[in-house]
Amino acid sequence: MALIISDLYKSFPREDTGETPVLNDISLTIDAGSFVTIIGPSGCGKSTLLRLIAGLSLPTRGTIELNGNPISGACDKTGFVFQNYALFPWLNVINNIAFPLAMKSVPKRERTMQAHEYVKRFGLCGFEKNYPAELSGGMQQRVAIARSLIDNTEVLLMDEPFGALDSQTRSQMQQFLLSVWQETHRTVLFITHNIDEAVFLGQRVICLTQRPARVGDDIRIEAPYPRDVTSDEFNVYRRAVLKFLDREHAEGMRDMVPC
Amino acid sequence: MKIPQRFERYVCIALLLGLWELVCASGLVNPIRVPSPHRIVLALVELFSRGLPVGHLLHRHCLESLMRVGCGFLAALAAGLPLGLVLGRSERLRNLCTPVIELFRPIPPLAWIPLAILWFGIGLKSAAFIIFLGCFFPIVLNTVSGVLTVDRTLIDAARVCGADDRRIFTRVLLPAAWPGVCTGMRIGLGIGWMTLVAAEFTGVKSGYGLGYMIMTARDIQRPDYVLAGMAMIGVVGFGLDMLLQKLQQRIIAIRKPSAA
Repeated sequence: MALIISDLYKSFPREDTGETPVLNDISLTIDAGSFVTIIGPSGCGKSTLLRLIAGLSLPTRGTIELNGNPISGACDKTGFVFQNYALFPWLNVINNIAFPLAMKSVPKRERTMQAHEYVKRFGLCGFEKNYPAELSGGMQQRVAIARSLIDNTEVLLMDEPFGALDSQTRSQMQQFLLSVWQETHRTVLFITHNIDEAVFLGQRVICLTQRPARVGDDIRIEAPYPRDVTSDEFNVYRRAVLKFLDREHAEGMRDMVPC
Repeated sequence: MKIPQRFERYVCIALLLGLWELVCASGLVNPIRVPSPHRIVLALVELFSRGLPVGHLLHRHCLESLMRVGCGFLAALAAGLPLGLVLGRSERLRNLCTPVIELFRPIPPLAWIPLAILWFGIGLKSAAFIIFLGCFFPIVLNTVSGVLTVDRTLIDAARVCGADDRRIFTRVLLPAAWPGVCTGMRIGLGIGWMTLVAAEFTGVKSGYGLGYMIMTARDIQRPDYVLAGMAMIGVVGFGLDMLLQKLQQRIIAIRKPSAA
């Protein structure tokens, strides 16, 4: 049981040159229950990759299979967490969390009960009836994570989910996410442009190249959880990822056209 | 002189009415042609108690007019809201329909009166049709712009939560576009109410309606009744707008961070 991406190619149409390739022959096998972070230069196509896996857009060529079934549209096996939370401003916390169940026409009592479970586990007690705008960034993102998990999704796709948080909240949320992952054994695919975050969270750090993105490096992080960000071992991994990104940035600079 | 802030808004109105009363009292104008404010108040009392024509009381005129505006407005909402949602969602349909809308929009609702009478005869249908035309375009256009401002990621979020196209309409686009829809309703209702008098010029069968009452007052040469009717139109229109504004604020309030 795994997520298998084979020869994924995606391009967007463009008027002058015909098409802009964004992803170039990406092949990956993600084991069920693993935590994988994806890092790469900004604008390289990380989000596009995640949107393809979520079924929000379709590949130009290549396939994505989850448990042997090809993904051809948004499905209930994958949950998605957006950087800007993407909570529904007109729904309160309970109804935001229960939204996927409402889409499946689960009876209101049942879905409210399930949502309450997440409220308790996610430290949102007392805010059940509040609206997203009344919550802090960290709370909003916990609501969003709860929403992506409630439907028993197998794969959690996270697109720079903590990018908008301040560094303290960010580090709290990282530990919180790890504990959720360890409890629930979901597969997590986590996009970030923050090297520390990638190394702190992932069992594997997949480094994407400049656009069109290929898998440039696939670094396995053997360090056990919880990880010590001040240890020498941690620095070794950081250095490896940093080196890769520096090289990619240098590549990017070479492409820049002088005026 | 210090005026408490909550009374500030009434100062100008009071000054204006006072000046008006003074001019009338000074004898500079013919008090029959330009009735003073207190005469208009007296006229209002008469209209409420005795009625014009006799027995046709003012509040019944108001209710009848509100019903006409209500019919036209609700019809415009029923047609304009779904159309606005669909047009906001589909660029192709928008491109196809915009020229038609823009062609019909500048035609004043009043210009439709002759056609309305030919098509629907005299009565509620004609009046409601005229008001419908006044309400329809603001509702459609504001709904479209409401949908266009919907955050794309909300639609994506709904999709990954398993929403189908129908639910994306009802559960995401409609609530997200609601502030725009409210603006459209306010503008639409405002225009609808303004076209009321003219719509009632098409005649009324029931013998009730503020526009009809004003026309009757003109026929018997009573400017005080005319002005009393106009004042009533102003007050009711203001009340309607306040009502919708409250509704809109309520809906928007939950989306904004509270002061805390």
